[in-house]
Amino acid sequence: MNRHRRSLLKGALAAALAGIAATLGLTTPRRAVAAEWPRDAYAAKTVDDALKNLYGTSTVVASPEVKIRAPLQAENGAVVPVSVSSNLPDVQAISILVEKNAAPLAAHISLGNGAVPYFSANIKMGSTSDVHFIVKAGGKLYSAKQNIKVTIGGCGG
Amino acid sequence: MPTRQTTAKVARCLLLLIVGLAGILGATGTPADPAKDLKQFREFFKKKFPNVRFDNYAHGLYALPGMDDYRTQWEALSEFPPYEIGLDQGRKEWQTPFKNGKSYASCFANEGKDIAQYYPYWHEASREVRTAEMDLIDCAKRNGEERSFATADLGKDGAARVQLANLTAAFYELSKGQHVTIDLSAPGAAEAYEEGKRFWWSRRGQLNFSCANCHMDLAGKNLGGNQPLSAALGHPVGWPAYRTVWGQLETIHHRYATCNSQVRAKPAKDGSAVYNNLQLYETYLSSGLPLSAPSVRN
Amino acid sequence: MAMKMRTKTANGETEIMVLIDHPMETGQRVDPKTKEKIPPHFIQKLTFSLNGKEVAVADLGVAVSKDPLVKVKVKGAKPGDKVRVTWSDNEGDTGEKEIVIN
Repeated sequence: MNRHRRSLLKGALAAALAGIAATLGLTTPRRAVAAEWPRDAYAAKTVDDALKNLYGTSTVVASPEVKIRAPLQAENGAVVPVSVSSNLPDVQAISILVEKNAAPLAAHISLGNGAVPYFSANIKMGSTSDVHFIVKAGGKLYSAKQNIKVTIGGCGG
Repeated sequence: MPTRQTTAKVARCLLLLIVGLAGILGATGTPADPAKDLKQFREFFKKKFPNVRFDNYAHGLYALPGMDDYRTQWEALSEFPPYEIGLDQGRKEWQTPFKNGKSYASCFANEGKDIAQYYPYWHEASREVRTAEMDLIDCAKRNGEERSFATADLGKDGAARVQLANLTAAFYELSKGQHVTIDLSAPGAAEAYEEGKRFWWSRRGQLNFSCANCHMDLAGKNLGGNQPLSAALGHPVGWPAYRTVWGQLETIHHRYATCNSQVRAKPAKDGSAVYNNLQLYETYLSSGLPLSAPSVRN
Repeated sequence: MAMKMRTKTANGETEIMVLIDHPMETGQRVDPKTKEKIPPHFIQKLTFSLNGKEVAVADLGVAVSKDPLVKVKVKGAKPGDKVRVTWSDNEGDTGEKEIVIN
């Protein structure tokens, strides 16, 4: 992944990021990560396209080693706390994708040396959807998914 | 919220109102006896939710049976609560000395620590119920400090209202875990309590709901949208609260106002006597519960 | 924009939690007053470093909630170690914070 990421670095860096990346480049020779924000993956309209953009492939293997914590029914689709972890060796990246969102990719993290395979974030969901949790380990993609129900409206709360 | 959904919502709510009308407690025309009210109120919830421990009502909806999935989400959010940023602003406001060298702490007994459980309270000299928000506003004014929340119409000026909510949250935080203790011994207090009680039990708005309809009879029930109604027991102890639907800390009066709007009734003003009395009534009925404010609510 | 961090260590792993005061505008919302679309405004990059060494970089999109709460874990961190988080958004706003693990 490092090689892949470095090659991306040669591409056009957003002006705002250039300074930060340069600084990090000087001080962190073993960095795992800094690269351009994956604009195309975030613009992709399907889970497969987002994965192809991110990883160059959409081939994923469902794995019980991708462990997730996510609700079955979101109390509020605007704030759905989810987390993913894994015992797989050599985890390099984790992505969270909401299938029914207009742009499925919600969050992505590249993990370097010293990071534990774990990622948690609060995400927005527009409607009930499968949520895909992708773990890249040893160069391969593993996945788990969960259907999270989102209901809008109601007069309670 | 889109109109189409709102219409559907009203229809759903009306439908459920009709269904829910059956077992509603009547409580009009009885002489003032807060202690008896409290006993009945606690017994009502004990009977309704026999397995919910009393102290857990401080956690609002998340204490109720069948809320495991929502409670897990609430716990995940509460681990590093989103109100921390607003609360920090409130703490800063609380700690920063006034121009005269004093600070908010100087206006309160015990420098404001472990006293919020006595709020709101009956103030004999001014013959009114006073909330923490009122005392905080007064404190700023008396010390010659200009604050937008001291003069703004809090119903309209959201920024000023949130500043006040942040400050009030910082004040309540200093009393976290203290058990609600409301003194109704003064005749004026009992009268204000009765006013609050009347408001609580009166039906209002196009939906013709009283507070009691939703938060006693229908507590824990889902009125559509998988948004179950909270139980009245424990309502006041988590406020100010950060509602995820708002994304900021707000005062309990703002919640009352939006609650009134939700049944299509005209809300009273933030800081009005109507809401002060309602808050007195509700808080008295939560006597003995630990303060959990600020909190996260949906 | 304000930013808060917290760490929690258990079983040799340290969880780094970061909370950022940010609107995370999707670009789809309409301002109720002006009736105009509110432009997208969201954090894109969130970088976690331990003692100056970058350990994780999150790429975020508009589907991350308002006032984002993001958590990662590192192993082998000790009391006194420095954790730094920096962020930048699509409008060029940036922020950073460093805390010491206790």
